[in-house]
Amino acid sequence: MNLLVILPILIPLAAGALSLLGRHSQRVQGALAVIGGIALVISAVALLLATWEQGHIVSELGSWPAPFGIVLVSDLLAAIMVLLSAVTGAATAFYSLGSISIAHRKAGYFPLMHLLLAGVNGAFLTGDIFNLYVWFEVMLVASFSLLILGGERAQMEGAIKYVTLNLVSSALFLSAVGLLYGLVGTLNMADIAVKLGEVDTGMTTVIAMLFMVAFGIKAAAFPFFFWLPASYHTPQVAVSALFAGLLTKVGVYALFRVFTLIFDMDDPLIHQVLLWGAGLTMVTGVLGAAAQFEFRRILSFHIVSQIGYMMMGLALASVSVLALAGGIFYIIHHIIVKANLFFVSGLVYRLRGSYELKQLGGLYRDKPWLALLFLIPALSLAGMPPLSGFFGKFIVIRGGVEAGAWALVAAALVVGLLTLYSMTKIWAEVFWKAAPEPAATPASGSNTVLYATVTGLALITVVIGLGAQPVLVLSQAAAEQLLNPSLYITAVLGEES
Amino acid sequence: MTSLMALVVGVLYAAAIYMMLRRSIVKLVIGLVLLSNAANLLIFTAAGLHRDAPPLVPDDAQVPAGLVADPLAQALILTAIVIGFGVLAFAVVLIRRAYEVVEADDMNQMRDTDT
Repeated sequence: MNLLVILPILIPLAAGALSLLGRHSQRVQGALAVIGGIALVISAVALLLATWEQGHIVSELGSWPAPFGIVLVSDLLAAIMVLLSAVTGAATAFYSLGSISIAHRKAGYFPLMHLLLAGVNGAFLTGDIFNLYVWFEVMLVASFSLLILGGERAQMEGAIKYVTLNLVSSALFLSAVGLLYGLVGTLNMADIAVKLGEVDTGMTTVIAMLFMVAFGIKAAAFPFFFWLPASYHTPQVAVSALFAGLLTKVGVYALFRVFTLIFDMDDPLIHQVLLWGAGLTMVTGVLGAAAQFEFRRILSFHIVSQIGYMMMGLALASVSVLALAGGIFYIIHHIIVKANLFFVSGLVYRLRGSYELKQLGGLYRDKPWLALLFLIPALSLAGMPPLSGFFGKFIVIRGGVEAGAWALVAAALVVGLLTLYSMTKIWAEVFWKAAPEPAATPASGSNTVLYATVTGLALITVVIGLGAQPVLVLSQAAAEQLLNPSLYITAVLGEES
Repeated sequence: MTSLMALVVGVLYAAAIYMMLRRSIVKLVIGLVLLSNAANLLIFTAAGLHRDAPPLVPDDAQVPAGLVADPLAQALILTAIVIGFGVLAFAVVLIRRAYEVVEADDMNQMRDTDT
């Protein structure tokens, strides 16, 4: 048993359970959200440092030896993802303190938020394919409930699409796990990787494609992304931000894990499907965003578009290590920036009472500080140097050039330009143009916590941009680990395998 | 036996997808029920069917004698059934609330959040 690996799951679970017990006291819930968030960040940092020093950290649950029991495995990618989820979770907890109403808190907002984080971290750390399914479901059930908290009509309509498509994805995932188990007779991912190399049937391709579709739905990749823009703009803005930062990235993480460890990336079919998927996801997402005139809908479509860059990194992994490192760098940059943009949209809503660009305006004159806080993540998303998004895009595209994937490189560059167009549109409509008459009345209450959260995340974006070198070194180390699956397999199963 | 089960699984998947393509949200949930059960039966079949061979180890042995049914697949299915039950309970409540709010059992009237 290694405590470090299990703490990122235990802390939010414990915080959630205690928060449920103390649901009648606002003070207890608030304190637990803050303490849980900070403790989670500390444990995630400790895990990342330990993983950096020791390579893979493996914990056999209940001391059942692998491959018979369930293992938790932390490699660099998993540790990075856990840290990002911890930072996003902590930021959401702070933001929620200032933005979630008493009614929503009484309906169980905070316990569900903690449970969601536990599910996400569990999915990142598990080394067992069926356990991955279970963590997905933990995460999904928490997200379903968070999505409909409040029970408005738009939330119900969005939730039906979200729930249906995610359950379809789960069923496909489960089917793929069943077929895989029938083929190799094991569930441990490292063991599957070893045994799948020994069987050579067309069934492997079928299973790989089932995983691709199942995780593609979760990651909101083309052509499975329709649930995302239909639902992400409906819940409380703190929930939108948490979802936008983390949920689709769990799907991306699962793609990265399964297609580097278990399946052979050199398989031409997998390679082609990923390449086309990446390109089309980028392009359709950004075109969808261009047609929107609602703050959160624009941002939702940009999530889809950005998933394409991460998939591009994965698609080119077999040709260029740099591309995969770029994909990982892009995930790091994207989670922070995307959550922050949703937080800013929530602040704008607090000040003006609307998400419709038409009804907004004049914020640059009234709140220049907020305008700056929007510009940092927005320009970063569009890929302006010296912010984090520039380096993310630069590394992925450089990898694409190395691999000679010219069409994809061109698509990535054009999509970057269109992203800038979208962000300029928001800037011009929300901050630059004069406020339309009559201006809506702002909501009462202090916004200090909200500003603090947004500022904190904007600072992280600037720091990643200015200190891109260490982050790149980390991403490259993570990418090299992923491309060398024998390290993972030896760490889990021991030397003799 | 295996080919018969394969046929049943296939029919279940087909029926689930057919139901989910209907506009009624009640049929949508029925489709989801069928889909999760199809996946469970698929695991059951893919893990190999052995009749009358419970995985019991005799008193004086370390391993069971002869071929036995795989208990792990059944444990997976049990877990999946429990999870599926919880999620479907949520889905049933969701469509009821949606029906109350939208006042229609028709997906075509739930397009406000689409783009």
